[in-house]
Amino acid sequence: MIYFIEQCLNGVQLGMLLFLLAAGLTLIFGIMDLVNLAHGSLYMLGAYFAASLVAWTDSFLLGVPLALAATLVVGMAVEVIAMRRLYGRDHLDHVLGTFGLILFFNELVRLIWGPAGMTLFLPAWLNVAVPLLPGLAYPLYRVVIIMVTILVALFLYALVMRTRLGMLIRAGASNREMVGALGINIKLLYTFVFGLGAALAGFAGLMQAPILTVQIGMGENILIVAFVVIVIGGIGSIRGAFIASLFVGMVDTIGRAFFPDLLRLVLSKEAAATAAPALSSMLIYLLMAAVLVLRPEGLFPAANR
Amino acid sequence: MTPMVNARNVVVAALLAFLLLLPVYTGVTGNTFLLTLFTRILILALAATSLNLILGYGGMVSFGHAAYLGIGGYAIGILAAEGITSGFIQWPVALVTSALVALIIGLFCLRTRGVYFIMITLAFAQMIYYVAAGLARYGGDDGLTIYRRSQFDGLNLSNKPTFYYLCLVLLLAAIYLVWRLVNSRFGMVIQGARSNERRMQSIGFPTFRYRLTCFVIAGTMCGLAGALLANHTDFVSPAMMYWTRSGDLIVMVVLGGMSSTFGPLIGAVALLVLEEVLSGFTEYWQIILGPLLLLVVLFARRGIDGLLAGVAFARAPKPDSLDAKVPRG
Repeated sequence: MIYFIEQCLNGVQLGMLLFLLAAGLTLIFGIMDLVNLAHGSLYMLGAYFAASLVAWTDSFLLGVPLALAATLVVGMAVEVIAMRRLYGRDHLDHVLGTFGLILFFNELVRLIWGPAGMTLFLPAWLNVAVPLLPGLAYPLYRVVIIMVTILVALFLYALVMRTRLGMLIRAGASNREMVGALGINIKLLYTFVFGLGAALAGFAGLMQAPILTVQIGMGENILIVAFVVIVIGGIGSIRGAFIASLFVGMVDTIGRAFFPDLLRLVLSKEAAATAAPALSSMLIYLLMAAVLVLRPEGLFPAANR
Repeated sequence: MTPMVNARNVVVAALLAFLLLLPVYTGVTGNTFLLTLFTRILILALAATSLNLILGYGGMVSFGHAAYLGIGGYAIGILAAEGITSGFIQWPVALVTSALVALIIGLFCLRTRGVYFIMITLAFAQMIYYVAAGLARYGGDDGLTIYRRSQFDGLNLSNKPTFYYLCLVLLLAAIYLVWRLVNSRFGMVIQGARSNERRMQSIGFPTFRYRLTCFVIAGTMCGLAGALLANHTDFVSPAMMYWTRSGDLIVMVVLGGMSSTFGPLIGAVALLVLEEVLSGFTEYWQIILGPLLLLVVLFARRGIDGLLAGVAFARAPKPDSLDAKVPRG
């Protein structure tokens, strides 16, 4: 039972991480109609920046905001140099252009930081386990991730739904020309939104950095899972992304933890041991296929699409 | 009427002559590296040709096309590992499996549109990638070595020039097939559905069935490329269907020129030769290739074929000089 609760918490934590990525993707897609494959590269950059800057400043609390700021700046620079020219183009163009960016960033990271991965060490005060229930001690850092991400989600909601800036963002999503005609600098607004999405991806990367190794290509596999999330949630919907993230995080974690045991009930031990790893990594894709059969636009399609 | 002698036709003819004569050259000079490289190029050009059928003509942006390379390859690899080396069994199994998988994937994916389609084909390919990585019996992540190439009576695939010519013949056959297909009634329906599916449906065409058929044909053709690739490298691994490979195939199609007959071949030659040249130049060659792709997207949207056609157009006399003078609006 304790093991089950622990796995559920892991699922929530993975879900929260996916939300940070999916929120940025879906925001950029919903507002600029841009498919950004290079989102995973920003995730990777966030992690690399954090690993270097924490080592450089010798302080976790100082390095993390600096890394976040660095990702934000890179994101905005990418928007101004490349992405801006892709708005209004075909989705195929987005896929190709950002595919090129992935190659570029992977190689750039290899050039700057070298092919070997990096490790980001947690400070001692974060690297402890807290007793959540009798008999269940859970790493404090993972609890922090869950808490901070919930705060980020609330912040995003407040920003988009309750501020003037959010109003402009929503207006820009439904009619770009009209917002521009009313005297709003739409280009600046888009740069800001892209930077925000990049910062969210970078944030996900740096939060995950102490748990995994920081390495080239780390953003690509998780990006595909984030795609699954936004397809399930409905592209362009932040609420859908939040719910689908939790859903996918839970299914993936619980599936990996308990699916092999379940298979053993119906199959022979050898057959189960062979099939389990493949089948449990397939679960989320099967989930997505099932959702699409029932709802081709995802669970929470954005209203204007 | 396009004149017979234009830049595009000259380039295509030169390229075909080069491909046809290459084994003679390598036979004389003993340069097996070049022959191996171009065998690989021909195989990937076959895969790109099949992708062009759905992407270029059908407007279906599949980001998971490399999955069929893997399926065709694994069909050969698994049968060879189980001791069945006859090509007359291996190849049909590879084709039928690819067709079936394409049918299943198509049934799900073709219900969706636009960016959903891109992401779902990607996710399906990733799923198949994980299945292959989980096949512990057949090497799992590390892949599977093929100790004996497919056996055909009277055709020794281990002979490099023979294998090269087999790939060339199959590629040209595929290009011809795609050309016939897109210029047939079937192809017109597919292209009509690309431009305006709802209109095609209201005329009375069951577009879903047409698109699905097209999707399955392309998947099968790519499965053939997978079977060739497995025989070429004597090795299959999940990496041959990693999602960046699907990306490479899209790059080949767009770089060469979408919905153009020889575009995918031109694109495959251009991309792979460029990779070869750049990687000889610097270890970090992708740092050049990446931005180059972005530039192609931004400024040469119609690919190399489009550029060549543009050259021909500029030289050709204007067909309707009167119309050209009429102001627009």
